[in-house]
Amino acid sequence: MALLEIKNLCLTFDTVGGKLKAVDGISLHVDRGEVLAIVGESGSGKSVSMLAVMGLLPWTATITADYIRFDGKDILNLSPSDRRKIIGKDIGMIFQEPMASLNPCFTVGFQIEETLRQHTDLDRAARRRRAVELFRMVGIPNTEDRLSSYPHQMSGGQCQRVMIAMALACNPKLLIADEPTTALDVTIQKQILELLVNLQIETGMAMILITHDMGVVAETADRVAVQYKGRRVEESDVLSLFESPKHPYTRALLSALPENATGDRLPSVSDYFLEEEAVTGGAA
Amino acid sequence: MAVNTPKTVAEPVVLEGEHSASAIRWAMLAEFWYYFRQNRGAVVGAAVFTIILLVAIFAPLIAPHDPITQVRGAFLKPPVWQAGGSWEYILGTDPVGRDILSRLIYGARFSLFVGLVVVTISVSVGVVVGLIAGYFRGPLDTFIMRLMDIILAFPSLLLALVLVAILGPGLLNAMIAIALVLQPHFVRLTRAAVMAEKNKDYVMAAKVAGASRMRLMFRTILPNCTAPLIVQGTLSFSNAILDAAALGFLGMGAQPPTPEWGTMLAEAREFVMRAWWVVTFPGLAILITVLAINLMGDGLRDALDPKLKRS
Amino acid sequence: MLQFLFRRLAVLIPTFVGVSIIAFAFIRLLPGDPVQMMAGERVISPERHAELSQQLGFDRPIVVQYLDYLGGIVTGDFGNSIVTKRPVLSEFLALFPATLELSICAILLAVIIGVPLGIIAAVKRGSWFDQGVMGVALVGYSMPIFWWGLLLIIFFSGVLQLTPVSGRISLMYFFPPVTGFMLIDSLLSGQSGAFKSALSHLILPTVVLATIPLAVIARQTRSAMLEVLSEDYVRTARAKGLPPRRVIGLHALRNALIPVVTTIGLQIGVLMAGAILTETIFSWPGIGKWMVDSVFRRDYTVVQGGLLLIAIIIMVVNLLVDVLYGLINPRIRY
Repeated sequence: MALLEIKNLCLTFDTVGGKLKAVDGISLHVDRGEVLAIVGESGSGKSVSMLAVMGLLPWTATITADYIRFDGKDILNLSPSDRRKIIGKDIGMIFQEPMASLNPCFTVGFQIEETLRQHTDLDRAARRRRAVELFRMVGIPNTEDRLSSYPHQMSGGQCQRVMIAMALACNPKLLIADEPTTALDVTIQKQILELLVNLQIETGMAMILITHDMGVVAETADRVAVQYKGRRVEESDVLSLFESPKHPYTRALLSALPENATGDRLPSVSDYFLEEEAVTGGAA
Repeated sequence: MAVNTPKTVAEPVVLEGEHSASAIRWAMLAEFWYYFRQNRGAVVGAAVFTIILLVAIFAPLIAPHDPITQVRGAFLKPPVWQAGGSWEYILGTDPVGRDILSRLIYGARFSLFVGLVVVTISVSVGVVVGLIAGYFRGPLDTFIMRLMDIILAFPSLLLALVLVAILGPGLLNAMIAIALVLQPHFVRLTRAAVMAEKNKDYVMAAKVAGASRMRLMFRTILPNCTAPLIVQGTLSFSNAILDAAALGFLGMGAQPPTPEWGTMLAEAREFVMRAWWVVTFPGLAILITVLAINLMGDGLRDALDPKLKRS
Repeated sequence: MLQFLFRRLAVLIPTFVGVSIIAFAFIRLLPGDPVQMMAGERVISPERHAELSQQLGFDRPIVVQYLDYLGGIVTGDFGNSIVTKRPVLSEFLALFPATLELSICAILLAVIIGVPLGIIAAVKRGSWFDQGVMGVALVGYSMPIFWWGLLLIIFFSGVLQLTPVSGRISLMYFFPPVTGFMLIDSLLSGQSGAFKSALSHLILPTVVLATIPLAVIARQTRSAMLEVLSEDYVRTARAKGLPPRRVIGLHALRNALIPVVTTIGLQIGVLMAGAILTETIFSWPGIGKWMVDSVFRRDYTVVQGGLLLIAIIIMVVNLLVDVLYGLINPRIRY
């Protein structure tokens, strides 16, 4: 049975200029212990659909779906307080901007222990022990010391490690990583990605990795869903996607990898793909 | 109307020579009006302010009575809707038999005049001083800013009170005192804006093109600092009216029998328990005027501040 | 921390010198003869004038006069009142607790009501509650408080006969001041009804004085809160499954309070200006009324000393706010 199943998710935002449809009928599923990558360009609705699962969208958003089922329960029908028992415990999420995602007014130790306090019965000392253990897991040195640091005293990569530790605090069944490396230095990107892959194998949790980097997809994912303009245009396992992409947008995306550069110019998606093709290319 | 130039719009103006300057100004004005109109409160405020302005200008035509003539036998007449009131004196009369409505109508002149004069003085002095401080920096800047700190160390009303004590009570001296007290805000604001703009590329370009120092300061940099200055200007306008009325209330502003709203309140104080109307209406006039201006100020801030603009 | 304090104090010194120069210059800027004014005598013979001038030090160079004045201030000598002949400082210290009591109550009222209103308005932005609160806040912000005080007197003292019109406590109670705060002293006196009397005297002036700070704090809290609520770390807090109470009341509020504390600090000057008007309306025996009365009595040494003392208080409060700002904002470390 799938761990997370989304059927026909639609999202609209109220804006000054009227209603804006961000996601139009997306369905996807993730099995236990599986890594699903969602790729697509900015504005293709990859992040917002995951935020919808977490219930983190602003009030201007309207969510409709046949169902969003997690671990057999339909999240959409849960009361907010029942939903909060899953969010942060069984589903963890990390974000694009690790520095901005940590509260500047509290120590990172406090912020991790807060999650444990919310979802577990551990006492103060046990929470501290667990925080130390988590910090070791995500590879932060001088653990005891760093727990009492404030986010602004840490680097971006370290902040992302803290975020991962926080998301893993309650041994989640699913980790959603929303472009976790985009805002980081290239060398750090690699480390964080490796860390995520290792932790996924170690803990056996499922992971959804949102990215626009096909290289990352190739290295990490079991399965890939390609989104374009709020729709899913293709979904398959990694091997067959890279070998025989079906949708023209996917083909364009793959052709635009830097490895395919000719001369001194980097290729871009628009070199290979025109918007009209999305309509004729069998998107619906 | 070069006043409403949000930075985002102003920079292309320098670059694109093909559009006529007036067309761009119209477009900017239209954009400004679009955002201003979004704020219902601001439009109401602007409408009320316009009415008060018209009342002030045409006071001699509108006012039913002379504001200073004392009518014997018409002391403390209540307003028309209360027993004993009459249409002769719609809002009643004060303790010496003057028509309150007429006094309020003439009082609008004083309040708006005070606001206008104070803002003009404090803006022009403050902007020039702030430009100099922000442009030249160094010891001169330090000296100017210390001086402003000193003025700001006193509560504004207290400093104005003491200044009026030195200069002697009266509306003119009150205006000078209030202008002096409000002007540091403009100095600080201009200085901060100038320092932010000074090192931008378009200023460099003008410098390279050989613009003189005066031109750089007043023509190149200043127009890009106007948005916060306009907002602060509206705020100061209402503050000036409030402070002038407060000084009048303390007996240190306009002197009787001038129909200034604060002075009217001071004269009415001892009748608080006997005749509510002599106290209520002048204060209501102050409140409505200040509120209208502040509503406009909020709308201006929303319309002029590009950071807050909804996309 | 200590180093930070010293640095801040060092910055205050030029401001203090400037403020003292203004206070010093004040008497010399007044129209008329300062000697005659200081003596408070109408007709003066030339001999007496010369004698007084020497006695008051007006015959010496201006710089020496200033240094003399500054030396006096540092040792706590602010001169004597022209009218009562008592030292300005002791008059000030006798009246200051009344103003302090009023100001503390007002700022507490403003914070206790203003901050929650601002938070709720921000959380329910665009709602009727939000629009209502912000509308009322704008009215409060535009309020001529001297008129507002009179209206409250008309209604609560005149129509409803609930509150007294002036003073700090009913004349039937008398007890020696211990703390100078009437609320505490009345409790300590043990006289029945004294506390209630003090409270009923305090309530209207507090409301009047709190009006503008309350409006400003509510508006500032709302806008700070709106800004913070769209921050990523608030989303993180929600992603942890924390209840809204904790997300808003702890994670968002803690950050929103940083600018709000600055705003509250800036209200001290507003409070002092407001105290002048409020104390005049309610005949509250504090330093605001003392200053206004002194201006009218032409008691210029009192005006001079009071001006300087009030400026010093505001500078000290601003320094404390800076320290507090550093304490609640971990990004600032001294």
